[in-house]
Amino acid sequence: MFPTPIQKRSRAAQISYQSLLPVALILWLLPLIAVALFSIKPDADFTTGNYWGWPSSFELFNNYGRVFFESDMPRYLLNSVLITVPTVIGAVALSSMTGFALGVYRFKGNLLIFFMFIAGNFVPFQILMVPVRDLTVNMNLYDTKTGLVLFHIAFQTGFCTLFMRNFIRALPFPLIEAARVEGVAEWRIFLFVVLPLMKPALAALAVLIFTFIWNDYFWAIVLTQGPDSQPVTAGITSFNAQYRAAYHLMSAGSIVAALPPVLIFFLMQRHFIAGLTLGAVK
Amino acid sequence: MAIAADPVRAETARRRGWYKRNEISLTPWLFLLPGILFFAVYVIIPIFQSVWISFHEWDGLGEKQWVGTDNYERLLGIDGTRWVEGEPVVVGTNPETGAEIVQIPMVLETELNPETGEEEVVIVERNMDRKFEISFWNNVKWLILYLLAMPAGLFIALFLNQTVAGIRLYKSLFFFPFVLSQVVVGLVFSWFYLPREGLLNGLLGVFGLGPLNILGDPTLATYGIIAAGLWPQTAYCMILYLTGLNAVDPEQVEAARLDGAKGWRMLWYVILPQLRPATFIAFVVTIIGALRSFDLISVMTNGGPFGSTRVLSFYMFEESLSEFGFRMGYGAAIAVVLFFIMLGFICYFLYSMWRDEKGAR
Repeated sequence: MFPTPIQKRSRAAQISYQSLLPVALILWLLPLIAVALFSIKPDADFTTGNYWGWPSSFELFNNYGRVFFESDMPRYLLNSVLITVPTVIGAVALSSMTGFALGVYRFKGNLLIFFMFIAGNFVPFQILMVPVRDLTVNMNLYDTKTGLVLFHIAFQTGFCTLFMRNFIRALPFPLIEAARVEGVAEWRIFLFVVLPLMKPALAALAVLIFTFIWNDYFWAIVLTQGPDSQPVTAGITSFNAQYRAAYHLMSAGSIVAALPPVLIFFLMQRHFIAGLTLGAVK
Repeated sequence: MAIAADPVRAETARRRGWYKRNEISLTPWLFLLPGILFFAVYVIIPIFQSVWISFHEWDGLGEKQWVGTDNYERLLGIDGTRWVEGEPVVVGTNPETGAEIVQIPMVLETELNPETGEEEVVIVERNMDRKFEISFWNNVKWLILYLLAMPAGLFIALFLNQTVAGIRLYKSLFFFPFVLSQVVVGLVFSWFYLPREGLLNGLLGVFGLGPLNILGDPTLATYGIIAAGLWPQTAYCMILYLTGLNAVDPEQVEAARLDGAKGWRMLWYVILPQLRPATFIAFVVTIIGALRSFDLISVMTNGGPFGSTRVLSFYMFEESLSEFGFRMGYGAAIAVVLFFIMLGFICYFLYSMWRDEKGAR
């Protein structure tokens, strides 16, 4: 193990390491702690200049209550859910199929198609922006959640295919061959042999895509406008315009907007990190 | 014979005969079809469409007007003419508010020639689009400084790669800025930097420094935004390196220890070579992240102050969907330039992956 395990070092080194950990963490999360502190302060603290002192009163419920009951925030949150969940399902479904095709079969053009998916996944969004916006307008899907979902599914298929294909490549191939010898149809092999083995990959991808899509901002402002279909990342800017300079409310609002992926991450940490670090180890 | 005795099964077998015979070669294409269709319509074809649009002048609604390489010449300032914002033109009224919709077209800069008394197009020597130039150099800054996320992430990973009580929670908490959306990171940091209310200046004040108005200062603003971007990116690199460190071969480490290697030498000659896959992925995601920087700029400064924080992705968006009329042709030209910058990196990534694929067989 590298670096040397702290247990093998001197007592002093151990104690200083143990006390350094929380200090480093607080420094690392300092900007966030500041926002969390802001979000429970009363309005009065900002007018009196008490920015960093002890809050003169705790307004946790008051501030967050106003976010939930006096703004469009719940609508934006709902939009985000209605955009994110279908995208996750669509992208995972499409890419488990493409991943299966590219991971199991040998055919001409296999690697070429695989690389097309990877390359497409890396392109800057801006090269797609004008045509995709135009296409969405022409399909009468501008400013709808459907328009955003369709694009997200298509774009995420690139990354998901890379992920799924590499995962399927690592599965024991004799299993598939055995099924073939038994005369099982190929689509049944996919459904009943490969798919059950892919459960960890499906979970990891679902968690990752959820976070990516929830946090998307660029496409939200290119393809939607207004509270009818905008997700919370875009909605937070109009929320902030509504509460200009009311830092306690803006802080509470952004914490609410950020919370769902944070919760998902802490609940599904193992899958999340497994997905993110795929390929980091050979 | 069971099959012959069962006419229904025999019939289906005959009908499915062609498919059955070609099942192995057909199945992958059937499975690929929906994915490829989606990907082609929304990703592959739009790339070519953008290139096509970049040779036009287009407001996104009317007819596209072919202008050849004009957009690129304007970007790079090849022909020596200079483009300025012309007289505002009223193009219609907003049906809801009744307000006039005004567009500001870009026109060639002209000046009155005192000898002939006619307006003539100004020709200057160096006239690359200023906004483009600033954006490009800001992109370069992003690319270089963003790479700091890699050593920083490695450093934190080494710091946290211990087995003490509660270390798992520490690892998650160090990682979790990555889960936040860039919009929230942008907001968090713009409040952190506030001259009066910001914690940064509060802390600087303790040491008798400041106050610094980072996002209001054209020389500092870009660095302030990059620092904000480095926060989640470092967390990402950290988790990649932590995973890599987990897989480091303990026998090699022990052997190296017996040979007297430690500290930096151990890290450089024994550990880092084993972290190569993690380093590669960290490099890929950091480069992509640097060139995709848009959200942070949009949220923190909206390109300002005085346009000093624009990058190509932001400038493209601004031109294409600007308040004063959509200049989609020009925007597409900027996007194409950005695309070619990215393409260089994409080719390198794909080449590395292709080499690995070959080695795996």
